[in-house]
Amino acid sequence: MDAIDATLPPPVNYLNAQHGIKSWLLTRDHKRIALLYLFGITFFFVLGGIFAALIRLELLTPAGDLMEAETYNKMFTLHGVIMIFFFLIPSIPATLGNFLVPIMIGAKDLAFPRINLLSWYIYMVGGLFTIAVIVLGGVDTGWTFYTPYSTAASNTHVVLTGLGVFITGFSSILTGLNFIVTIHRMRAPGMTWFRLPLFIWSHYATALIMVLGTPVIAITVLLVAAERVLHLGLFDPKLGGDPVLFQHLFWFYSHPAVYIMILPAMGVISELVAAFSRKAIFGYNFVAFASLAIALIGFLVWGHHMFVSSQSVYAGLVFSFLSFLVAIPSAVKVFNWTATMYKGSISFQAPIMYVFGFMGLFLVGGLTGLFLASVGLDVHVHDTYFVVAHFHYIMVGGAIMGFQGGLHYWWPKIFGRKYPEGWAKLAALVIFVGFNLTFFPQFLLGYLGMPRRYYAYPPEFQVLNIMSTAGASVLAIGYLIPAIYFAWSLKYGELAEANPWGAKGLEWTIPSPPPTYNFEETPVITEPPYNYTPEFVASVTAASRPEVELG
Amino acid sequence: MTEHAESPIGTYLAVFVTLLVMTALTTWVAFHDWGALNTPIALAIAVFKGSLVVWFFMHVRYSARLTQIVVVSGFFWLLILFSFTLSDYLSRGMLPFPGK
Repeated sequence: MDAIDATLPPPVNYLNAQHGIKSWLLTRDHKRIALLYLFGITFFFVLGGIFAALIRLELLTPAGDLMEAETYNKMFTLHGVIMIFFFLIPSIPATLGNFLVPIMIGAKDLAFPRINLLSWYIYMVGGLFTIAVIVLGGVDTGWTFYTPYSTAASNTHVVLTGLGVFITGFSSILTGLNFIVTIHRMRAPGMTWFRLPLFIWSHYATALIMVLGTPVIAITVLLVAAERVLHLGLFDPKLGGDPVLFQHLFWFYSHPAVYIMILPAMGVISELVAAFSRKAIFGYNFVAFASLAIALIGFLVWGHHMFVSSQSVYAGLVFSFLSFLVAIPSAVKVFNWTATMYKGSISFQAPIMYVFGFMGLFLVGGLTGLFLASVGLDVHVHDTYFVVAHFHYIMVGGAIMGFQGGLHYWWPKIFGRKYPEGWAKLAALVIFVGFNLTFFPQFLLGYLGMPRRYYAYPPEFQVLNIMSTAGASVLAIGYLIPAIYFAWSLKYGELAEANPWGAKGLEWTIPSPPPTYNFEETPVITEPPYNYTPEFVASVTAASRPEVELG
Repeated sequence: MTEHAESPIGTYLAVFVTLLVMTALTTWVAFHDWGALNTPIALAIAVFKGSLVVWFFMHVRYSARLTQIVVVSGFFWLLILFSFTLSDYLSRGMLPFPGK
């Protein structure tokens, strides 16, 4: 396993083993399904991004001059629904996870290949419902569907949107189920739990949340539909229901959903930090168990979204205290990644630039999360742009940075072609600058009292809003550059060898792109993960990265 | 991982009859007023019946320990949902809101 296989792409691999649209739409190959998902999430990312652009354009001036208030409500609702349910939640697990989980544990496919394909179709059907909502006139409840507005007042397409979320939830459950069974049952001989790459641990923790949490949101949106259509008294006080009950049920899933987004990104970061520092992860066991701890504690904190909802003071205090606990495993990870880099042989290529971006932005996002977990401070900044900035630092600064870093790192493996390194570094920088310019002013706006979800604001907030809108334009360019050079690289990129980064891990022992069944023979694992011995590091440094800077 | 043995048809019949008896009991209970115990009694019977279905008809009794852990954790998570939600409802008014 130590040797670098420098063979060129094999004549037959998973991309060219079969041809034609049917071979893709009926495939059971986890790698092809990962690409189907990549197609799906890219589409929805662009769609969600267009709504984001329209929001930022409206907020360029204090007056509501680009669109009407009702239209603006639909814009931020569709932005949230699409980005959360159709991009962020499936982003890393369904693409990189689908592609890599079997390969990393030495398996030929996931445990249930047909269910894997089914999950993609379910996701797309859910997506069609959402597109139908857009065509038919939109929905204006916010992605949170808060009652009683969503059940008793809104005259937009709440039920159709809810059905889309309900349906796509099942694709998430099936992906999670597939990962859990695969990781338990299909590890190669010698691949013990503590030899698993940390990417696998974080996907295991993510899969647990998907399976245990998603049914609750599915039922909750169904209850909203039941009250809206059949007038059952569940959440509407007029019918004898309780609107706060909706918030409990909604956040029971939707807070852990944040960890569905961030845990896979953390798994990516663990792989990248080790590969580009050429060191084993510092405190492997702690990082692995931190993933499980985040998954577990993440289920016990949802009430911090409800401090001003009339939730009892006692419950508020308990949820506040438990929310602080999540910071511990999160900090363990960040500290351990930093310790891994200490005295590492770091090479500054595009993927690790995303790692640095992730660590800085996740730190800001996480620490401002502690502000919001404090009951007193939360009352002040609740429903302001401070909250908007906080969760974008976690979701865009954390999850999307991780996704981009992982996509660059595994791109040569997935397509057998390298992307242009210089452009990639530039894009990483543009994204980092654009992101901070977009969202840092929103912390200030929120702290000064600008509420979220309004289409007009007092003139004194305009300068910060202009900065934010300008940053969004920079950010859009930052995402456009990789879209162009990734597409370019598919045809013109330099051919990638099996292990272009000189990294450890089973995926780098097989050709790029991999053959349909991944391994010619089932591998036998005899070494710990991230086994960057001095001999290995010396051999790969000389062979694959002559330009490497030794730290 | 596979089931160790198919349960005999007699067990299925016994469970089926028990479920029928419990359904009759539910109906009988519903026609009497037990005061504050109305809901707890109905829920207790429902939980008992559900457990029988999961344990015998869904073969959890004959499954490997790992499968049993999966089933138990599902219910444990449901317990988290209920108990933390009730921690709000049952403690309303226990502590005053500041300034009120």
